[in-house]
Amino acid sequence: MVSVCFYFQVHQPYRIRDYTIFDIGKKSDYFDEEKNAGIMRKVADKCYLPTNKVLLDLIKKHPEFRIAFSISGTALEQFEQYAPEVLESFKELVATGNVEMLTETYYHSLAFMYSKDEFDRQVRTHQKRIKELFGQKPTIFRNTELVYSNEVAAHVEKMGFDAVLCEGVDRIMGWRSPNFVYQPPNTKKIKLLTKNYKLSDDIAFRFSNRGWKEWPLTTEKFGHWISSVNGNGEVINLFMDYETFGEHQWEDTGIFEFLKKLPEEIYNHPDNNFLTPSQVIKKYDVKDTLDIPYIISWADLERDLSAWLGNKMQQAAIKELYLLEKQVLNSGDDKLIRDWRLLTTSDHFYYMCVKWFADGDVHKYFNAYDSPYDGFINYINVLHDIVLRLKKLDDNFEVPKISTFADKLKGVN
Amino acid sequence: MFGWEFPPIKSGGLGTACRDLAKGLCAIDVDITFVMPADTEGISSPYAKLMGTAKLTGKLKIKGVNTVLTPYQTAHGYDEMIHNFDILGTKGEKDIYGKNIYAEVERYTKAALLIAAQEPHDVIHVHDWMTYQAGINARNVSGKPLVAHIHATEFDRTGGNPNQFISHREFEGLQAADVIIANSEYTKQNVIKAYGLDPGKIQVVHWGIEQESPHYGIGQESPFNEEHGTVLFLGRVTIQKGPDWFVETAKKVVDHHPKTKFIMAGNGDMLPRMIDRVTELGLHNHFVFTGFLKGADVHKAFQMADLYVMPSTSEPFGLVALESLKNNTPILISKQSGVSEVVNNALKTDFWNVDDMANKIVSVLRHKELHQELQSNSYQEAFDHCIYKPAQKTKDIYNQVLINSGRNLIGWGG
Repeated sequence: MVSVCFYFQVHQPYRIRDYTIFDIGKKSDYFDEEKNAGIMRKVADKCYLPTNKVLLDLIKKHPEFRIAFSISGTALEQFEQYAPEVLESFKELVATGNVEMLTETYYHSLAFMYSKDEFDRQVRTHQKRIKELFGQKPTIFRNTELVYSNEVAAHVEKMGFDAVLCEGVDRIMGWRSPNFVYQPPNTKKIKLLTKNYKLSDDIAFRFSNRGWKEWPLTTEKFGHWISSVNGNGEVINLFMDYETFGEHQWEDTGIFEFLKKLPEEIYNHPDNNFLTPSQVIKKYDVKDTLDIPYIISWADLERDLSAWLGNKMQQAAIKELYLLEKQVLNSGDDKLIRDWRLLTTSDHFYYMCVKWFADGDVHKYFNAYDSPYDGFINYINVLHDIVLRLKKLDDNFEVPKISTFADKLKGVN
Repeated sequence: MFGWEFPPIKSGGLGTACRDLAKGLCAIDVDITFVMPADTEGISSPYAKLMGTAKLTGKLKIKGVNTVLTPYQTAHGYDEMIHNFDILGTKGEKDIYGKNIYAEVERYTKAALLIAAQEPHDVIHVHDWMTYQAGINARNVSGKPLVAHIHATEFDRTGGNPNQFISHREFEGLQAADVIIANSEYTKQNVIKAYGLDPGKIQVVHWGIEQESPHYGIGQESPFNEEHGTVLFLGRVTIQKGPDWFVETAKKVVDHHPKTKFIMAGNGDMLPRMIDRVTELGLHNHFVFTGFLKGADVHKAFQMADLYVMPSTSEPFGLVALESLKNNTPILISKQSGVSEVVNNALKTDFWNVDDMANKIVSVLRHKELHQELQSNSYQEAFDHCIYKPAQKTKDIYNQVLINSGRNLIGWGG
């Protein structure tokens, strides 16, 4: 028996506009409405709407077909603002009863690394919003970019979650297969689902790669790989960005046809089925304890945080952001609090990544700016303005010297 | 190879570019006879040092034709030079020297007929408009293929107001050439735009930089307090290099980062106007004008600076930006440059966008993390731009043009 567990990540950040030193203290409209609306419209047309349609048809055709989504709060808001029909189509999908909604930090942030309090608030906000919109209270947690360690599991278990998702990193798995359910050490009942990155990336990254020896990837071939797990695995976790369909892999690559035909192919093997994460942990017993003492993620070859926090600009920017947390949240200024939270979105730090000159074009494709340096300049200028707003609200507020932040922050990280 | 200058006889980047190309080609067994319009007696010694390194296996000869014309001077500068030339009675047979720009080029061009007949060669390679007619003459004598290298178009040099004589010469040479080598995609597009030539015969060869120099890494400290921040302009103070945009930007930088110091290194026809403008803007305490720098002083200037700014209005390549990186100084370069096509770890701007330039300069001075990341990443990146890559590409082009004309290849026993 092999169960396929599909989880799709849906996320869009609020990108920052060109914000220069001439704007600091004068304008506090940080986000680029035109760009954000434009991207949302484009991705809605290329990915969200057509893929939702394909999935809805598949559910009608195969009543046992199951999938899971995590949709960030910033994506949900931008659906409402710029593409309300996308939100409606997601609601329609969830209403079939075949879709499980997961929870993440509302602002798709790295808060777990910097502020557990803010992390808790963002997770609760997201959980609440999912309940309001889709009528489901999520019980499975996935952290931004699958950032994970034992500590994440222990923390979210206390928050009441039943399972957490993470990357099946080779160096962690060792001889273990990602195709079983695991338990983190020193926890009572929370389960761990590990991504089968080889099979996931065959779809998400390699599908259209003509240099790949398996190209073209047919459903027959993929179905065969899935079925061959029978006997040495129970669940195959296919976790990927939802934008894989139609946006990362364009329609002309045949990705939609592949998706349309895949369930039928999987069902050809009578022992196979599709399950949501909650169904997986009910059906399968824990195979082993999986000890992950240090932070991993699903990004790049390194599977770590280096795409977000790997260089000095990124570290300086995020430390400065969280240094302002208490003052911002105590300010009572809702607009300020919201702006600050929108700045916690991980993408802003990703845009400052300089690895992409060597690391392939994945980063470049997602970069909202011409260069990581421009990304840093915009962001740090915005933070400077946030500081001025705090100063306006409170005469006693000390404007910390930006260049000495790193020194003051010993102990924060 | 027909060129105009060769270190130590040089006034701009063209000489350095020719030397580096020659050095790179020597390393891959291409023998070069370099023809230049100067008295070359006594200038072989610096080059002999170059020949001394193990990799230099080719022979490089320098032939001279006396002249007073330098390729990048303004009309005013030329008159002055002619004047001095006559008064000083410089050595040589005065009566054969031309008295104007046309005559200088004509003499050089005529000499090419003799040289082409005497010197064995497989390919004729000419550098910029001054040498193009010489190359055509040489081809008429030897029948060998002509490669025209374009380092800068007349439109780049003059901010879009070309001297008709020069642009005509440029056009004739480029049109006559079997292959054109442009030192950037930017230059290639300019050539297509200005002269409507077939894009198919224009090859792009980006320049590289000498990776070793005794001057790199001298570690010259800035004379200014570290908290001031030092921003450098280095190049000819002419319209092409955008010194005026630099000064206007400086005003905005000082408004936001009041202690910033600016160094303007270089000479040129716009220098007096720049000094006036700096005074007018009340920036005299913020500016240092060094005049023309050479040798180690160039590198010291880079090392003193936190950021090198190249606001060129039109920069066919911009080797100086790579020199800055070799001295561990990050760069802010105009997008209207060839070098911006190949360096990723740099701040880039449109030369006219004073606000954007000021924003970027102030950010580098304010945030040491930005400065450090730019510095270390761009320093690493400079290693990718050595002089051997363009040389190899050039040799490939020679071979291609020889194949196309049914001849034997260079370095293949032909």
